[in-house]
Amino acid sequence: MKLKGNVWKYGDDVNTDYIIPGRYMELTDPEEMAEKVFEEHDPSFRKGVKNGDIVVGRTNFGCGSSREHAPIALKGNGVSVVLAESFARIFYRNAINIGLPALECLGIHTAVEKGDLIEVDVTGGVVKNLTNGKELTFNPLPEFMVEVLNAGGLAPYLDKTEEW
Amino acid sequence: MSTISEKTLAHASGQETTKTGDFVKAKVDVALNHDVTSVLAFEAMREMGSNRVWDPDKVVMILDHVAPPSSVNSARVHNVIRDFVREQGIMNFFDVNSGVCHQVLPEHGFVKPGMVVIGADSHTCTHGAFGAFASGVGSTDMGAVLARGKTWLRVPETIKVDVNGKLDRHVHAKDVILAIAKEIGVSGATYMALEYHGETVSDLSVAGRMTLCNMAIEMGGKTGICEPDDKTIKWLDHCTGGPYNKVYADEDANYKRVLNLDVTGMEPQVACPHNVDNVKPVSELSKVKINQAFIGSCTNGRLEDLRQAHEVLKDKTVHPDVRVLAVPASKAIFKAAIKEGIIEDFIDAGVTVSNPSCAACFGGHIGLLGPGEKGIATSNRNFRGRQGSPEAEVYLSSAAVAAASALTGYISHPEVVQ
Repeated sequence: MKLKGNVWKYGDDVNTDYIIPGRYMELTDPEEMAEKVFEEHDPSFRKGVKNGDIVVGRTNFGCGSSREHAPIALKGNGVSVVLAESFARIFYRNAINIGLPALECLGIHTAVEKGDLIEVDVTGGVVKNLTNGKELTFNPLPEFMVEVLNAGGLAPYLDKTEEW
Repeated sequence: MSTISEKTLAHASGQETTKTGDFVKAKVDVALNHDVTSVLAFEAMREMGSNRVWDPDKVVMILDHVAPPSSVNSARVHNVIRDFVREQGIMNFFDVNSGVCHQVLPEHGFVKPGMVVIGADSHTCTHGAFGAFASGVGSTDMGAVLARGKTWLRVPETIKVDVNGKLDRHVHAKDVILAIAKEIGVSGATYMALEYHGETVSDLSVAGRMTLCNMAIEMGGKTGICEPDDKTIKWLDHCTGGPYNKVYADEDANYKRVLNLDVTGMEPQVACPHNVDNVKPVSELSKVKINQAFIGSCTNGRLEDLRQAHEVLKDKTVHPDVRVLAVPASKAIFKAAIKEGIIEDFIDAGVTVSNPSCAACFGGHIGLLGPGEKGIATSNRNFRGRQGSPEAEVYLSSAAVAAASALTGYISHPEVVQ
């Protein structure tokens, strides 16, 4: 699975309140969640994001609440993959579970700048920065998570899986 | 050899032993749901091809975040949940008059030592205070639990937190966990379990241990656990009954890290904006002027927290520039506080007392902060925008410090108002 897109770069501890504030947790429609993404913390994201774009964080990306609204809001804006030095565990699970690859990649934060075009080989474990030529490797996801992503998320995966 | 998590997850996955790093499919003993995450979980369950929950008796549904509804949309969501509960035959349903899920769940006897408790809420780790393996997940994971009764977990590494020393008069469990958060940092326990040991933890009440476990997630933790003891069992005997599958760590358990903390002489601690590990002693913050004090939440909305605040506020009047909000964590706590005269004294002191709910904690219901305002709160997160405006600042403290600050208008040590 290879994904190509332009980078939106953020820092440490991008929490789920930043991605979508608590007052929007009553929303149940993914499109409405998508409209609220980074509403207060980076309004330029919603205006400028394009289908396939890639979000890059530093450490502890997605910390805080268990709201799945956060990865849903990112995916709903066309984000194809989130890369970070490290993730908070609930966000990580939620992202994979809704079919949005979340990949731990050491060194990613210094290897890319906002707007760079990068290519991510999700199963091969390689990130290529096509803007500056830098290349990084990361540990590919465990097989189970790749199967979940290939199915489009945990719900369609389990729909086809008797053994659980 | 083994930590509490390794043993509990071995039992839950039908294995003799598990070790750190193993992936297990664990049977879930309790599935906790609340109003803002469960509708997505129902949808996920149906997408998984299941029209019925695996075991309605193991599913607990609590309307607590936006309780009662403060918007048309949340009223609609509550009705979707009520319909689901009826359709599925879920008897363990707690409507908007009940309280915060992490208080209601143990009070009604759903949590016991050795259980696997999975909740669609990040503070599900609170239930580790009873010796359970309790962890928060998102809605799709909860959908899988509702459909199949199991969840996949990676057996976590464990940090042993050994807390010793006697706490000073105005120093409480919240101060201990903030001191721990300062040491470990907001991501220092990511994917890991925290086991709390030591004489200070033994000396704490069950309510205090719930405060410790509640904030494990603020360090990235998968769960926080205390070993069950006589206090735990006495507490549980009031709301449920044995047998109890008490799980203890082995003497030679394999820990990723051991953190020793001596709390002797420690003063009250406060987490400053905008991260939970930005912790300072209260004496360094006496120039911070506040606009709001919030006493409540699954972290510190229990009777002992209300008593701490009451000791400070009784027969006094809150500062005219500060709005003070007290929200008991459950109906049982609310009634007990009324009986003890706490609520009447709060009202006389100028406190706004509201119904049991999550209230100001998550910025989606009541008690929001406006631009440029500062609030002190007994809850668990002080992220930018967490309690309203992104231009507001949230400080986290014990109920005693929040109450003292409510009187002076500045962040204050409880001893200065007595």
